[in-house]
Amino acid sequence: MKISGAKAFIKCLKEQGVDTIFGFPGGAVIEIYDELNKCDDIRHILVRHEQGAVHAADGYARVKGDVGVALVTSGPGATNTVTGIASAYCDSIPMVVFTGQVPTQLIGNDAFQEVDIVGITRPCTKHNYLVKNPEDLVPTIREAFHIARTGRPGPVLVDLPKDVIGSTIAFPENRQVKLRTYRPTYEPHPGQIEKACQAILKAKRPVIYAGGGVVLSKAHEELTRLARKLHIPVTMTLMGLGGFPGTDPLSMGMLGMHGTYYANMAVAESDLLIAVGARFDDRVTGRIDAFAPHAKIVHIDIDPSSISKNVKVDIPIVADCRHALAAINSWIDRKGEVNDAAQKEKLAAWHDKIAGWRKKHPLGYKEEGDIIKPQYVVEKLHELTGGEAIISTEVGQNQMWAAQFYHFNHPGSLLTSGGLGVMGYGFPAAIGAQIAAPDRIVIDIAGDGSIQMNIQELATARQHGCPVKIAILNNGYLGMVRQWQELFFDRNYSATPLDVAPDFVALAKAYGGVGLRATRKSEVEPVIKEALKTDNVVIMDFVVAREEGVYPMVPAGKATTEMLLV
Amino acid sequence: MRHVISVLLQNKPGVLSRVTGLFSGRGFNIESLAVAQTLDPEVSCLTLTTTGDDMIIEQITKQLHKLIDVIKVTDMNEVESVEREMAIIRVKAEAGTRAEVLRVIDIFRGKVVDVSPKSYAVEITGPASKIKAVIDILRPIGIQEIVRTGVISMARAKKN
Ligand SMILES: Cc1ncc(C[n+]2csc(CCOP(=O)(O)OP(=O)(O)O)c2C)c(N)n1
Ligand SMILES: [Mg+2]
Repeated sequence: MKISGAKAFIKCLKEQGVDTIFGFPGGAVIEIYDELNKCDDIRHILVRHEQGAVHAADGYARVKGDVGVALVTSGPGATNTVTGIASAYCDSIPMVVFTGQVPTQLIGNDAFQEVDIVGITRPCTKHNYLVKNPEDLVPTIREAFHIARTGRPGPVLVDLPKDVIGSTIAFPENRQVKLRTYRPTYEPHPGQIEKACQAILKAKRPVIYAGGGVVLSKAHEELTRLARKLHIPVTMTLMGLGGFPGTDPLSMGMLGMHGTYYANMAVAESDLLIAVGARFDDRVTGRIDAFAPHAKIVHIDIDPSSISKNVKVDIPIVADCRHALAAINSWIDRKGEVNDAAQKEKLAAWHDKIAGWRKKHPLGYKEEGDIIKPQYVVEKLHELTGGEAIISTEVGQNQMWAAQFYHFNHPGSLLTSGGLGVMGYGFPAAIGAQIAAPDRIVIDIAGDGSIQMNIQELATARQHGCPVKIAILNNGYLGMVRQWQELFFDRNYSATPLDVAPDFVALAKAYGGVGLRATRKSEVEPVIKEALKTDNVVIMDFVVAREEGVYPMVPAGKATTEMLLV
Repeated sequence: MRHVISVLLQNKPGVLSRVTGLFSGRGFNIESLAVAQTLDPEVSCLTLTTTGDDMIIEQITKQLHKLIDVIKVTDMNEVESVEREMAIIRVKAEAGTRAEVLRVIDIFRGKVVDVSPKSYAVEITGPASKIKAVIDILRPIGIQEIVRTGVISMARAKKN
């Protein structure tokens, strides 16, 4: 039996397990929307800007642990997705984005709302497709999902010309996708595992440096087992937070530009760095030649191109992080003959040293009477949610304070635009997260600047019943840029004061949500409590110390040991 | 160091731009590029020459591998191979130099492919080093135009 392209599209999505699409309609995809409205198994979340659809699909994917899906029209609908796609690409988030396209016979003619979105997104997708023949439609969608969710995950874009959607096709039977040219390596090489294990057992000053790959591959249990068994201290990248319990005594928190003093010192003095699903980003390494200068480096990553890209690696292991850590754990169980007391004894001096650093410069901030310190707000959010909320962030100081002071204990509990640093990511991502986990508390820790970049999604949250809580750390500035101007540009606050700002409380109300404000420290707790018991989207406007800075800070291009401290 | 890299690709629209986009986006340089269908019409072979230290070449091959449409990447510097390039060189050939040009071409086993009263266009085939040698010798006589195909390369068959 033959069916329309639009029907086949929906059928294929269902076959791929899709139950939610984030999207925004237009002429080029109107046939798909016609079918979507008749389909009870797929929920369509109507956003208010296509960028919001992609970030929401990103948040949804991270919380669900599966592929997020966005659907938009051709031309401007497609171009509006680019920031979201680029962010998902940097953070390796599995996602398929469908864009409408003008009919095939018009492609290349500068038709109305025609844009070469495959060309535009080539460098920021894992792969992308223009479906030119109706019979390729279903196989291409299957391939797209396969590529998005396997190997190092990432966004895949599928461009759908209107005539392909409007065509009539036979729905091909579902066979397992096998690509001649794409076979990611999941299993580690046993020889490399043995080398890594021997190095790990020999090390006197080991550090585990865990990145987003741990979260993506769900390797947290294996990682926790390894660290606890051998008493190895763990530091995480921004994307890795939650991959190891932040409240565990072995956790040193985040490393890098705004990492803890003790994490950066420990890496600098380590004799073995075990990098797991991390990519030696410049925000992590600082001046590259001063990064872990005494350490032998083990690097586990599923993407071979991440290995030895920035830093020469001694023991590379190309594999899925979970598989590789499992292999390491079982090698150590079988052959390691680890005597717990002896291992503890061997690392005692190292742990003493780290404890000394921790004592000398703990993570902290200065209280100032009844003025609200932004860090205090994050601490209170942690306390009042028992550390169990899903936190998304915007970008800037708010993001770093969230990373530093909400001690993430579970993978998938921090959603942040780590690689691209997109202001405006947090709120739509929170909506996606809330839809994936309706019973969880979802909080967007926001800046007063960033929140305005996708504030229109308040309507989406309202329309789809997402009681997301937004905590604006309102400092009246594009604070992170202001901090750089304070430190490196003689306090020349060029274009960073947000002199005109909306009344966020009134704004929330205008959308039918709830607005709350705290201007004094004593009001923080009641406001959070009120928000947490509200079954509606809430903006909490915390008017915080205007010129508070994020510390520690490694100035760009400096060694990570050259930190500016509180 | 100069490397010749051979890439087998799916013969599909847009694949070439994925490769060239990768090079420009990551700041790798391409000195020459040649691409055409192979014995299997679904597969193209792309040969490129580039320069870089070991870490850069390693990144180039890994990044090429990462492209979904890439089937195989070979650094031809690491295998025994035959390398060829063709150039058509238009060289000034006036009364005093016509004979000399022909002599040079003959030494390099080139061929005259176009003749005019004041110039010859000559075809030279060989490894890139040979093309360079011919150009160096003809330059003082007066080269007017050069067109080159870019290097192609094939691994030698195993001898046993
Ligand atoms: C889309 C986008 N534009 C510009 C920037 C550069 N930028 C990084 S942080 C920042 C300031 C953010 O201000 P705000 O949201 O108020 O957060 P704060 O730092 O004050 O907490 C800016 C402008 C960015 N990251 N993203
Ligand atoms: Mg701000």
